[in-house]
Amino acid sequence: MMAIHGVILAALIFCAFLCLYRIGKGPSAPDRAVGIDILGTLIVAFTALTGLKTGHDWYLTVALAWALVSFVAAIALAKHLEGRAFDE
Amino acid sequence: MNETIGSLLIGIGVAFDVLGCLGLVRLPDVYNRLQAATKCVTLGTCLILVGVAVAAAPQSTAMVIKALLCTGFVLLTSPVGAHALARGAYRSGVPLCDQSVVDEYAGSEPLRGYRAASTATVRDREQTDAKAETA
Repeated sequence: MMAIHGVILAALIFCAFLCLYRIGKGPSAPDRAVGIDILGTLIVAFTALTGLKTGHDWYLTVALAWALVSFVAAIALAKHLEGRAFDE
Repeated sequence: MNETIGSLLIGIGVAFDVLGCLGLVRLPDVYNRLQAATKCVTLGTCLILVGVAVAAAPQSTAMVIKALLCTGFVLLTSPVGAHALARGAYRSGVPLCDQSVVDEYAGSEPLRGYRAASTATVRDREQTDAKAETA
């Protein structure tokens, strides 16, 4: 497991750079929002793997919180793109 | 045994993540990118979290519970967020790509996004940019 751990984390970082490419290039605002949403999900996976590697269970708590915050961020961005207020 | 099964699940999940992110970069418009990336990355992340739960089972019960809880949250929230983003993208006036065959949603609701006030859509602006580049 420990032998392939570096490869797996490197693959996830490669994915994160692909997301960053999409966030940087656009071309429209929703494209960037999609990139941010996917990057949040990738960070959940990355944090969980780090927790498995180090053996600390609070990494999973961070992943849990990150998943929920990422969801709220996606909904807020979608409402903003749609031109609505957050309480509408 | 647990470690082998966990590593296998994590490996499959990472493969799905990489393919989804390739789709995010390669596909032509925001709707294609959204559906490719969301489906692949949701499944990939859920497999990674289940793999973490399986691999951590001999050491820590807390990690197993938290990983499975996180799996449930990702499985529930990621598609909902993607659906809201797709709706927001459509209603803010992002056009479909040229190869699109059918647009069932067209005309059902007026545009009201940040771009609705201006008449220029993204495609118009891209064409203007292309003309400026060739000139």
